[in-house]
Amino acid sequence: MDFAIFLVQLLNGVQYGLLLFLIASGLTLVFGVMGILNLAHGSMYMVGAYLAWYFTQHTDSFLLGALLSAAVALALGVVIEKTLICRLYKRNHLDQVLLTIGMIFVFNALQSLLWGNDSLGVDVPELLSGSIRLTELVEYPVYRLFVAVLCLVLAATLYLVINRTRLGMLIRAGESNREMVECLGVDINRLYTIVFGAGVMLAALAGVISAPIASIVPGMGEHVLITCFVVVVIGGMGSIKGAFVAALMVGIVDTFASVLFPGVSSMVVYILMAVILLIKPQGLFSN
Amino acid sequence: MNHYKSLLTAGAVLLSSVLSSASAVAKDEPIRVGIMLPFSGVYAALGDAGRNGLKMALEQNADKLHGRTIEYIEMDTEARPDRAPEIATSLMSQKDADFIVGPVHSGVAMGMLKVLRNKKPIVIIPNAGANAATGPWCAPNVFRTSFSAWQPSYPMGQVALDRGYKKVVTMSWNYGFGKESLAAFEESFTKGGGKVLKQIMVPFPKTEFQSYITEIASLKPDAVFVFFAGGGAVKFVKDYDAMGLSGKIPLLGSGFLTEGTLAAQGDAAEGIVTGLHYADELDNPANHAFRAAYKAEFGKDADLYGVQGFDTGLLIAQAVDQLNGNISDRDALIRVMEAAVIPSPRGEFHFSKAHNPIQTIYLRTVENGVNKVSGIAATALEDPARGCKQ
Repeated sequence: MDFAIFLVQLLNGVQYGLLLFLIASGLTLVFGVMGILNLAHGSMYMVGAYLAWYFTQHTDSFLLGALLSAAVALALGVVIEKTLICRLYKRNHLDQVLLTIGMIFVFNALQSLLWGNDSLGVDVPELLSGSIRLTELVEYPVYRLFVAVLCLVLAATLYLVINRTRLGMLIRAGESNREMVECLGVDINRLYTIVFGAGVMLAALAGVISAPIASIVPGMGEHVLITCFVVVVIGGMGSIKGAFVAALMVGIVDTFASVLFPGVSSMVVYILMAVILLIKPQGLFSN
Repeated sequence: MNHYKSLLTAGAVLLSSVLSSASAVAKDEPIRVGIMLPFSGVYAALGDAGRNGLKMALEQNADKLHGRTIEYIEMDTEARPDRAPEIATSLMSQKDADFIVGPVHSGVAMGMLKVLRNKKPIVIIPNAGANAATGPWCAPNVFRTSFSAWQPSYPMGQVALDRGYKKVVTMSWNYGFGKESLAAFEESFTKGGGKVLKQIMVPFPKTEFQSYITEIASLKPDAVFVFFAGGGAVKFVKDYDAMGLSGKIPLLGSGFLTEGTLAAQGDAAEGIVTGLHYADELDNPANHAFRAAYKAEFGKDADLYGVQGFDTGLLIAQAVDQLNGNISDRDALIRVMEAAVIPSPRGEFHFSKAHNPIQTIYLRTVENGVNKVSGIAATALEDPARGCKQ
């Protein structure tokens, strides 16, 4: 591996990691604030990708399609929280698992009914469809760089919202002591609705921006979910900062492992998780 | 005494009337066709197409069934190998199926055959290409109307050599069908003096291909041979193009790389060369008639999986016709199936000793979003059926 190729692989790893962060951030946010383990989080990623395909078809604009998808996803998140998730707060984790696994099946069936079972694709928007030459042979697609930058921007926004705004303060307070937040007269239910809606929207947004570089197929959410859990567990359940660091680690490790140790590459990420949990059983940045 | 005799006569008459009505029942009874295809999950579209083709062929040939009707018993395999033995057992023992058609997925095929080999129902595989099904696991009652994994890939090694490619990288998901496809390509490619620089096996079902494609760029081969299908094929072809490699390092593949995926792959697929036993554009009367009828009945274009289902229906209809509607003699049934010549949309084919089609593999090049037939990769190609003892 010469140096140029090494740098391209590093870029691959960082870009993959940033995308993983975007998906995992919603999962960890919802768990951290609400204590809800949403196994249907991957389905939201799938819904985002399908919505992006649907709206892009009908509006002929990826940007418009993306905005519409995000809006629909947010609304979907709010509806799910108001009708289903709100019944879980006083129940145990097993009930959460039952409900959210059930939601996976429902969303898969809806996807099959609404959009069929063919593999679909979304074109990369014209403006971002070029490539940048890196070596004499390798070019790097502009859209992937754009995805990386967008994920960084979203990560920074998330950081600012949580650390610098009143909403963020409430979220942090809700994480450490929800009874106290309620006692102080904050409508915790509204806070939960907002957080869950935002979580769903983040997952869907990841699906939307992946749509042009992924293939949109039935079951795409489940594959993502597992890697996503690895990220959240390594980073520490509920920690956004942890998810960011862990996503980059997983992205880079997975990229290099697939080239350097092809035979065992699918295990390497799990080995990484096991080693980190041995040293820090609560993950890197647990609350 | 007289009285006794008349009682005996009455008994005989009664008995013979019961017997004759029993044989009438056998003739009037529907032919039970069990369908084991995936109607949900990743392969649902393939299952739908196979079922459509099968039913269409049997409707079109209803007059050849000598008055017998078809009763379909449909089971969703969900493409889950672990469920296959249970579903196969139920179709055989409880539903008493005469024919069992399925599956799509090679893993499910193995689970099915574990139960059904050398049993009464006739198994017809309309897709799953695992070499073993007509190799070490071949059986008198198991037929395949699709292909073996070996068939579309083996001729591509020679195609690569003919184009002057000396060193290639091969790549696939790390599962049975992918491994068999790469092995078949490498077999003919290395026999002709070609060199495989690296075989890249991607864990299934991972679709994050960036690092592997970068690796290909660093190896600078003359060409790349891949097996991917469905969503993975879409993703791989798009990523390969976006990394600037298409046009610089030619892409060859088993036909599944560009089958049912071209709309999603878009321009990225232009120029890819694949081998397969069918192409939508094949110019023959059977294909034109089939495609027109399929479109009229189901409102969408037929694909390879529809063709394979259709040919399965043709095989059943032909066998029933030859036996004048009486399929109770299983050995006779197997004999007429072995001798069948199927007027398939892919071109006529018949079966090898191992019950796999002996067929033409077409060379296809993607041009303007369709697989244009650019030549023939192999004529009357017979799977070597390694390990089959029949």
